[in-house]
Amino acid sequence: MTVKSTILISAAAFVLAGAAPALAQTEIQWWHALTGANNDVVVKLAEDFNASQKDYKIVPAYKGSYPDTLNAGIAAFRAGTAPHILQVFEVGTGTMMSAKGAIKPVFELMKEAGETFDPKAYLPAITGYYSTAKGDMLSMPFNSSSMVMWYNKDAFKKAGLNPDAPPKTWPEVFEAGKKLKAAGFDKCGFTNAWATWANIEQFGAWHNIPIATKGNGLDGFDAVLNFNSPLFVKHLTNLVELQKDKTYDYSGRTNNGEGRFTSGECPIMLTSSGFFGNVKANAKFDWANAPMPYYPEATGAPQNSIIGGASLWVMGGKKADEYKGVAKFFTFLSDVDRQVKLHTESGYLPITKAAYEKVKASGFYKDKPYLETPILELTNKEPTENSRGLRFGSLVQIRDIWSEEIEAALNGQKTPKAALDAAVERGNQMLRQFERTASR
Amino acid sequence: MTKNAYFSGLTIPVLLLAPQLVITVLFFYWPASQAVWQSFLLQDAFGTSTEFVWFENYRDLFADPGYYKALINTAIFSSFVCVLSLSIALLFAVMADRQIRGAEIYKTLLIWPYAVAPAVAGVLWIFMFDPSLGMLARGLNSLSIAWNPRLNGNDAMTLVILAATWKQISYNFLFFLAGLQSIPKSVIEAAVIDGAKPMRRFWTIIFPLLSPTTFFLLTVNIVYVFFDTFGIIDTISGGGPSGATETLVYKVYSDGKGGSNLGGSAAQSVVLLIMVIGMTAIQFRFIERKVSY
Repeated sequence: MTVKSTILISAAAFVLAGAAPALAQTEIQWWHALTGANNDVVVKLAEDFNASQKDYKIVPAYKGSYPDTLNAGIAAFRAGTAPHILQVFEVGTGTMMSAKGAIKPVFELMKEAGETFDPKAYLPAITGYYSTAKGDMLSMPFNSSSMVMWYNKDAFKKAGLNPDAPPKTWPEVFEAGKKLKAAGFDKCGFTNAWATWANIEQFGAWHNIPIATKGNGLDGFDAVLNFNSPLFVKHLTNLVELQKDKTYDYSGRTNNGEGRFTSGECPIMLTSSGFFGNVKANAKFDWANAPMPYYPEATGAPQNSIIGGASLWVMGGKKADEYKGVAKFFTFLSDVDRQVKLHTESGYLPITKAAYEKVKASGFYKDKPYLETPILELTNKEPTENSRGLRFGSLVQIRDIWSEEIEAALNGQKTPKAALDAAVERGNQMLRQFERTASR
Repeated sequence: MTKNAYFSGLTIPVLLLAPQLVITVLFFYWPASQAVWQSFLLQDAFGTSTEFVWFENYRDLFADPGYYKALINTAIFSSFVCVLSLSIALLFAVMADRQIRGAEIYKTLLIWPYAVAPAVAGVLWIFMFDPSLGMLARGLNSLSIAWNPRLNGNDAMTLVILAATWKQISYNFLFFLAGLQSIPKSVIEAAVIDGAKPMRRFWTIIFPLLSPTTFFLLTVNIVYVFFDTFGIIDTISGGGPSGATETLVYKVYSDGKGGSNLGGSAAQSVVLLIMVIGMTAIQFRFIERKVSY
């Protein structure tokens, strides 16, 4: 066969392959940020949906990390080529909400497409984060998680701690950290990933204290940060003190430091419940997780935790027919059995009440209590003003500012109080800037 | 027969210049002018609302203490990287220029790091010096030398300087070696006959004759540390801890991309642009005079 004919044949094959699925099918672009096993989950979902009907075809595309995916979506919108569905992490919620015209609220989408949609079917601790103050759901929860305390049971035994009774309060964690340090974990008694999520955002919700006015920003973009209050200062002061002899050791702003738990270096680590897959695959010791610790003197603590993870936003300016496909896909996603499967296989939280009840009734959590911990935290109490969630514009960068100040306190450049004051002040500057640009 | 061929009319010269002009305008002037225009705007991330705010972005920028900190960081970072990478490369080049066994292998190996992308270089250094994973970091800690770039700003700065220097040495080495080899042997032999020792030969003959190369490399290195070290900083420290390794170009990125503050970020890039133009101009105006071609 000559080179020329090979080229011709492959060109013909290419044309055919491209043309075949286009027959009257509406393509729906879905940009996401999941890798590894979670990427497989996305691909499988799309395949299952595409096989379940003939009118629509979901095309998933990986666009990099969470911030990268958000930026890719923003850039594509500016260029007029936005996808239909964009997966955005919870930190980007404020940015997305403020973009009237750039997004299509999910409650509107479902109504217009005539899909049966009952917002009450979803777990309120999850949907609250993605809804307006009136309760209108703006985006579809997809992969939700919360923060839990992972601990190394073998290390607990070695340090003479009871592996089945993990510390419940912060003072108990500090004591455990000291014992673990004495038992040979001298580089890191306890630690946390996601510096600000652990020590500011989740900390505030779990202790029922505000981090900002206006219901932590849920009720308006004119919220003012105020987490330089006594309990936050006390907690940071404790961490600074324990950092000195490495009973506590800082592990960075994101989850880059999570390997310190699975490698056995840090026996206690607060991080996302989504860490499950990684722990299961890599930890060569007996492990478990427990709810986040709290300060017993805080009245009402523990309150409830807030979610992390990401939701699916529908971008604006698309055709009605395409929106219909998106709506059908969301109905497909919310199906009880599908949610049960997603939850038990990936470790992400089920988003509907029915799915949670079904998994609970099956006795699944008896063997795997660590998958229920985040749900128990989220639903621990009826959410208050301070624990419904948080919504700030530019939060990606504001988190960096907060991390900078926490680092400044931990390395002794600033007192904990001065660091938190600065974090609040600099964060407020960003919020005011955002308030001006947010088109409402 | 004429010695000079010249074209009458404008068509052919314009046509010949056109590809270069189009590329320059399309890929340099147009984006640069966009940045200048953007720096006068206040805009939300999606571009759905835009407000013309004159110099407000610049005013905010110069009122931000973080900007001055980034300026100081850049000064420290760039002087260390330039001085270290130039001097080490020069030392290596002088050594490699001698008659030694295996010189070719030695030269080839020295050039390798240049093929490594900045982000990858950053990851390589993190592998060595991460306090939990890094072999060398463990070594330092076992010698009870406190080393924690996660929290100690000086440690983090040292690490990014080392990585950025390592990355640039091979490029400088290559040019220095070529420069050394183009120095006429006769001049050096004459000096040998006059009884000049190696050190004296180097400082009075070789170094001045290398000055065009050194000058060129200095300019290139400054541009390198200002713009191309972004990937190294991003992978090693992400500008942290507490902003200790945030340089000007990194701040442009984190404000513009992370913060969706395009106006402020554009204002910073305009200032950065002016700065580098100014520095290059100063170099050509003053330092070039000392260069003997």
